[in-house]
Amino acid sequence: MIVPLYSNELGQHDLLSTALSSPESTTSLKLLEWDILIRQARRADLLARLSILLEKQGLLGQVPVQAKRHLDSAHIVSESHDRRVRWEARQIRDALEHLNIPVILFKGAAYVLSELPAACGRLFHDIDIMVRKADLEVVEQALRRKGWISTHLDAYDQRYYRQWMHELPPLRHIKRKTVLDVHHTILPETARISPDPRKLIAAAQPLDGQGCLKILAPTDMVLHSAAHLFHDGELEHGLRDLTDLDSLLRHFGRNQAFWAELVERARELDLMRPLYYALRYTQSILGTPVPDTVQQSARAGRPVWFAPALMDTVFTRALAPDHPSCDTLFTGLARWFLYVRAHYLRMPLHLLIPHLIRKAIKRRSGDRV
Amino acid sequence: MYADYPQEGDDAFVDFYVSLAPPRTPRRWFRPQVLFFFDGSVPFKPLPLDQAFPLFEWGLNWCVAKHVNQYLILHAGVVEKGGHAVIMAAPPGSGKSTLCAALVARGWRLLSDELALVSPEDGRLTPLPRPVSLKNESIDVIRSFAPGVTIGRESADTTKGTVAHMKVPNDSITRAHEHAIPTWVICPKYEPGAPARLEPRSKGQAFMYVIKNAFNYSVLGVRGFQTVAALIDTCDCYDFTYSGLDEAIDVFDALESSQNR
Repeated sequence: MIVPLYSNELGQHDLLSTALSSPESTTSLKLLEWDILIRQARRADLLARLSILLEKQGLLGQVPVQAKRHLDSAHIVSESHDRRVRWEARQIRDALEHLNIPVILFKGAAYVLSELPAACGRLFHDIDIMVRKADLEVVEQALRRKGWISTHLDAYDQRYYRQWMHELPPLRHIKRKTVLDVHHTILPETARISPDPRKLIAAAQPLDGQGCLKILAPTDMVLHSAAHLFHDGELEHGLRDLTDLDSLLRHFGRNQAFWAELVERARELDLMRPLYYALRYTQSILGTPVPDTVQQSARAGRPVWFAPALMDTVFTRALAPDHPSCDTLFTGLARWFLYVRAHYLRMPLHLLIPHLIRKAIKRRSGDRV
Repeated sequence: MYADYPQEGDDAFVDFYVSLAPPRTPRRWFRPQVLFFFDGSVPFKPLPLDQAFPLFEWGLNWCVAKHVNQYLILHAGVVEKGGHAVIMAAPPGSGKSTLCAALVARGWRLLSDELALVSPEDGRLTPLPRPVSLKNESIDVIRSFAPGVTIGRESADTTKGTVAHMKVPNDSITRAHEHAIPTWVICPKYEPGAPARLEPRSKGQAFMYVIKNAFNYSVLGVRGFQTVAALIDTCDCYDFTYSGLDEAIDVFDALESSQNR
């Protein structure tokens, strides 16, 4: 039997969302609660973000020294990630500049290079870019010449990505080992909704001094993040992605015109459902300020009859840090449900079922080796 | 191995929650394996149950190397005597742990046999006194060199061969909170039959050598560079070739007494 990793009398709850939405509440935490908060934040990849948030609010000095050590270490790691992402972006630019095509940076890399607050304390596991589908071949060749090599060499995996997905099989740089995902749209080709990538590219904005590298327009950046989290993702970093959304909405939302554009754009791109979820859960979990009128218009993206209550139950569990101290009776079930849902949304059943069977068999045979 | 370490109360803040447990597969019973858990997650592949203790030590090293980036972390043994610490940075197989174990058995204080934690603020070393990992022939060498020391159970056929751990002397444990000032950077190399020989290493070369044996040099960025530069500036740097342990310890003791003269 494994020893319980948390103290039960403190109750099992998500201290992290509370700390992120109201940092000043951390001043009343007891040492044992800090112990749990640090572990939740580490698991959610949010330790550095918490550290920077507390620093900005002038609260870092009040953190017990035992906990502060972990916050400091994570902050230092996130600074190194920031440097590395800038370096990688420069390498990508150098490799693709001569092609004279638009190259869009997604998510973290976009936040860092455009100096958005959402970049704060972000850790990177890979870098995501998007190019036009017609440019995929030349892009892959140009990247290969500079050392980015395909990771999935198995013929089935290659076909899975190239025929069905919205990206090439991940590329890994032969020397630096960094992973690059090259997308040609934001959701899989086989998905139930597929926003037109040409619209996204047409609205993309240049980055000062970054040549061919661009970022999505503010509305599209939010919608992409929402679509990724609520439509495609398996919520591995659910709360981290939700804090990204929170930060983007707070930042862009200072401009009143943004909100109307956001709803309008969601309608145009067929992304009302993810927008509805994004606004609902950033507001309920992180207290993101969303104008009532916008919340009302987004209700057009609400799922049918029984589903809202079910999705609330599922998402509030799955968006908590994936740490034993946050687990409730149904957390495992909620995560499993979202895993199945992500796959169901990604592919029609006649493709999905053979794919999952294949994956299961492969995983088992992998175990035996 | 850990019987003499102080125990924290239930209300203490814990840096790393680690545990070892069998996997939930048939390998729990059939050719049993063991998993290392870090706060519920599993950072490594399972190992044969027989290697549970080395896995625990390696896992804990990983926790430290990964999560205490307020220090420059070197893959190095650190021992101290008379207020002066020696950093022995070396790749695996150069006899660094054996030398550490021998020095500790002869009165030097152990800070760590694997991880030197250098503070970027003041250049001082933070101790992490945990059992010294001995490999293959070294186990018997230390047994006959210092019959008084406690050596734990041997695990055969690990990725590093046969591994056993030496218990840390009480003095090093009780002084675990006492920082030390680095005085020497030494690159040890075991060479069968060679006489103990200390040769100065140029500062530039020592700098490159330290970087090569650092876990988080690039993570620290500019601070990493400044910390290594300050370390190399204040330390005397040597290459050290040796075969006999008695002879080797004489050299270290002479080095130490030359400082305190």
